[in-house]
Amino acid sequence: MAGLFAIPNITGRAWMVWYRNLVVFARTWKVNFFPPLVEAILYLFAIGLGIGSYVQQIEGIPYVNFIAPAILAISVMNSAFFECTYGSYVRMYYQKSFDAMIATPLSIEDVIAGELLWGATRSLIYVLIMLPVLAAFGVISLPLALLAIPVAFLGGLMFAGIAMCFTAVTPGIETLNYPAFLFITPMMLFSGTFFPLTLMPVLLQYIALAVLPLTHLVSIMRMLTLPALSWTILLNVVWIVAVAAVFCLLSINLMRRRLIV
Amino acid sequence: MPDTIEAADLRKTYGETVAVDGIRFSVKKGEIFGFLGPNGAGKTTTMKMITCVSPRTSGTLTVLGMDPELDPAAIKQHLGVVPQETNLDPDFTCFGNLYYYALYFDIQKDEAARRADRLLAFVQLTEKRDVPVEKLSGGMKRRLILARALVNNPDLIILDEPTIGLDPQARHLIWEKLRSLQAQGNTIVMTTHYLDEAARLCDRLVIMDNGKILVEGTPDELVKKYAGHEIVEVEASDDVAACLAGLHVPFEKTGDMIQVAATTDEARKIARTVLDRCQPGRIITRPATLEDVFLKLTGRTLRE
Repeated sequence: MAGLFAIPNITGRAWMVWYRNLVVFARTWKVNFFPPLVEAILYLFAIGLGIGSYVQQIEGIPYVNFIAPAILAISVMNSAFFECTYGSYVRMYYQKSFDAMIATPLSIEDVIAGELLWGATRSLIYVLIMLPVLAAFGVISLPLALLAIPVAFLGGLMFAGIAMCFTAVTPGIETLNYPAFLFITPMMLFSGTFFPLTLMPVLLQYIALAVLPLTHLVSIMRMLTLPALSWTILLNVVWIVAVAAVFCLLSINLMRRRLIV
Repeated sequence: MPDTIEAADLRKTYGETVAVDGIRFSVKKGEIFGFLGPNGAGKTTTMKMITCVSPRTSGTLTVLGMDPELDPAAIKQHLGVVPQETNLDPDFTCFGNLYYYALYFDIQKDEAARRADRLLAFVQLTEKRDVPVEKLSGGMKRRLILARALVNNPDLIILDEPTIGLDPQARHLIWEKLRSLQAQGNTIVMTTHYLDEAARLCDRLVIMDNGKILVEGTPDELVKKYAGHEIVEVEASDDVAACLAGLHVPFEKTGDMIQVAATTDEARKIARTVLDRCQPGRIITRPATLEDVFLKLTGRTLRE
């Protein structure tokens, strides 16, 4: 057990792994920039304007403004989670990239740390692309909403760590569908995203706050974009920092256990 | 000066399975050292311990004077590794594979680009510089992997089956490159299944089986000691076998041939006697090879 939370010896070389992924991402930027752009617009129209024309207001807030921060938070979750599950698994298992990398001065700890940093960076990039779209529709309030950018990195790191734990223990790429459908999809719906948490029974609210990381990210994003700051944002931030630290650490140790035999 | 690699009582177990069972060997600076053995003999596991990617279970191991357990990054900085599996980065071109790999060694970008181009020329892939690696043939991929192993100007090059699945032209090119690397002062350690390759390239080699080293020596020494100088091969039949037994000539039956190991002079005598007295089908005499040693020591049973 102790070994699973051992502090790994990570060096600055982890950034070379991050850089490699950034270069590949940037080279196919047209393909990569499109999804967050389209996603933001689709959500706004379908849910914001469609459902929003019936709902109109939630807790005194226009419905589109209510869901705009959720769109950002979901995008943070999806981009980091899918990058560090399917993306990392493909690089690890099919491309044998990790094997090639650890033949250099890079250690497996450096490689996984670089992958986690990259997952978080991808979240950041997606939010960076979505923010102007949301601002153009006038559904977020600048300049406070710009803080969503560093929050995206932090939230991305948390989902990257959680994702990498699944990648470290999955027997094959198909079994990664389980966390995607059983964890990510419900989380997308029940984390105070498209309706407030307070509509759910109290017990479920507590469960959501305890085990659905997205609730905390949605809460922070919403406070920043409406804006509606409250001291409780600190609790959300601390929760995310703690969970990110635990899962990043765990994922690195699990990955070492899987790959170094 | 210590040898480039020194191993004593080196052991590696995976649960109950013993992959490497207390081996001792040393690799001297500037030599080409070979590991031969059937599948599952422990060659690849030994390579993984040397290249600091698999920790040893027990025993001592020093590579370039350092312990893989304590200074893996420092050792790997001076190591060139050609793995058995092709693990080039499919997201990059030939140039990109060398360039980005060089960055992992903390090599500056302009120097990395220079080395990438120089190495593409070295393995004759300059015209494929900007081609994605999936478009390469098997032989080109192996050459690119060899080039990639050289981006850090290594002192020690470890090759696990460097010519597996290559056509004769590509194999000869790789051999030529390995010899020129040795001439530049590199130390090379390789595993191979191709015994002619080992005989041509290796200054010294070991034959492993079941995790143990069976023999060690130069290819010539091993052939002379374990297989004799010449092999007389006679088409097998019960009459010939009975006849040889009657003449008190020790022989070995392998499939449809009967083999007699002999010195050069004896071989002619034996061949003549067999021709005169045993009414053989086909009969040939040929020089003994490393393959004879290998099969003699490790048997003819299939391993997998």
